[in-house]
Amino acid sequence: MRRLLGLLPQAEPRGADRVVPPTGFTARLTLLTAAAMAFLAVFALALSLASGRLADRWAEALARSATIRISAPAEQMAAQTRAVLDILAVTPGVASARALDEAEMRNLLSPWFGPDLPVDTLPLPQLVEVVETAGGLDAEGLRLRLAAEAPGALFDDHTRWRRPLVAAAERLRLLGILSLVLIGGATAAMITLAAQAALAANGQVIRVLRLVGARDVFIARAFVRRFTLRGFSGAVLGTVLGVAAVAALPDTDAAGGFLTGLGFQGWGWLWPLAIPPLAAGVAFGATRAAALRMLKGIR
Amino acid sequence: MIELRSVAMSYGGTELLSDMTLKLMAGSFHFLTGPSGAGKTTFLKLCYAELMPSGGQLNLFGQDVRDLGRDDIAMLRRRVGVVHQDCQFLDHLPLLENVALPLSVAGRAVDPQELKDLLGWVGLAGQARALPPQLSGGERQRAALARAVILSPDILLADEPTGNLDWEMSLRLLTLLVELNRMGKTVVIATHDLNLIRAAKAQVPARVLRIQNRRLHLAGADL
Ligand SMILES: Nc1ncnc2c1ncn2[C@@H]1O[C@H](COP(=O)(O)OP(=O)(O)OP(=O)(O)O)[C@@H](O)[C@H]1O
Ligand SMILES: [Mg+2]
Repeated sequence: MRRLLGLLPQAEPRGADRVVPPTGFTARLTLLTAAAMAFLAVFALALSLASGRLADRWAEALARSATIRISAPAEQMAAQTRAVLDILAVTPGVASARALDEAEMRNLLSPWFGPDLPVDTLPLPQLVEVVETAGGLDAEGLRLRLAAEAPGALFDDHTRWRRPLVAAAERLRLLGILSLVLIGGATAAMITLAAQAALAANGQVIRVLRLVGARDVFIARAFVRRFTLRGFSGAVLGTVLGVAAVAALPDTDAAGGFLTGLGFQGWGWLWPLAIPPLAAGVAFGATRAAALRMLKGIR
Repeated sequence: MIELRSVAMSYGGTELLSDMTLKLMAGSFHFLTGPSGAGKTTFLKLCYAELMPSGGQLNLFGQDVRDLGRDDIAMLRRRVGVVHQDCQFLDHLPLLENVALPLSVAGRAVDPQELKDLLGWVGLAGQARALPPQLSGGERQRAALARAVILSPDILLADEPTGNLDWEMSLRLLTLLVELNRMGKTVVIATHDLNLIRAAKAQVPARVLRIQNRRLHLAGADL
């Protein structure tokens, strides 16, 4: 492990940073931790972006549209269609309703039966397209009323089965965001621990610096600069690897479905750029807080 | 410079030092004596605000130490050079950088020639690159003196600066301190060494403070 870590790059302290002795092993551990966390963050980010896209797409597909299919003997068809339209006209939650004409029906059916379908000779059901308002309509109530007044009508809200899927996708996006928050918290905790270890190991150094007139900010800066740099460079490494791994996922076309949609799209590829500065910010805050807390105990 | 009014000091238990009243004037030269464990180091620590008095009032440069914030204390320590009893170096830095440390932490530029002159002044020109643990006790004490004066402080406090030195080297160090005093610095030296005090008295009007039975006395001219 140590030898492996030895291969990672390490900044050589210069100038004012030299007053604190180098902490090789902690330094590389911090770097590695930041890299691992950034790698995970890339995936959490990809997950929440992809599931967000999915939720949006599916929600749009729901589009609050439904159809009513009326199957009735030819002589009753017109009456039942009118009855259905009358019911829809007074049903709350219906934005508009309209019976499809013959040409539209032919269009709908031609993929299955070919263009030469003799629509008028077939006992085709009449279709009524219903567009719901944003609030949606009460499907059970509508079904009961249709059964009473137009026994041949069947209300079909076929897109409704997708609703739980949309909820699931939305939940997934939330989980992705939660993961990002947790990764940030875990990074802060680990850098705090590493910084505290470095500060404790350098207690004597800090005492001497105070004795010769160093201000708290000077001492804190030596540690903060180091850990911020490590957090940043580790995160750059992890982000690059994570983005490369996401880019290497198979194409959507090749497999199709949700899993392969897990990439970034368009401007989405810029999101991971935010990870290294955020990691640096987390490292800065965590180390500074740890350093100032520790300095309070030394006169 | 340093003014004590009924200052008391305790480490939690019984009082180690009580009712000390004293005024150290600018440019004065004082020795501080007393049996081992009497509280000489403790007294010096009060003077550079590493410890706070448990009673009475202590003014440094006209300011009550109780009113000093952490940054004020840092600034104060740049005006008070201290040779610590246990030297207090950064063991990972060569002597040269240790001596220049007060300049580095104060954000001031280091003049290499001045630094070299200073090391020559304490007879350590040859050891500039050595790490503190590689030096003898006496060399470390001289290095500590160089570090204490590099910011040209108004007050110089030295805690047993000749503890590890032979008589000849002790006299040399004393000469350095006397030189500093002639340059107008206030000097306080804690020591057991009566011979050193006698030698100093031949060169400067030094006075002797003695800590005994928890009190600070101004010793008579009998030394
Ligand atoms: N941090 C501390 N906590 C508790 N007691 C302490 C502390 N520092 C010193 N003492 C006690 O205070 C007393 C005086 O210590 P101090 O170091 O001031 O003595 P000194 O006069 O400098 O002695 P010496 O001549 O041996 O250097 C000693 O009994 C010591 O045990
Ligand atoms: Mg002592």
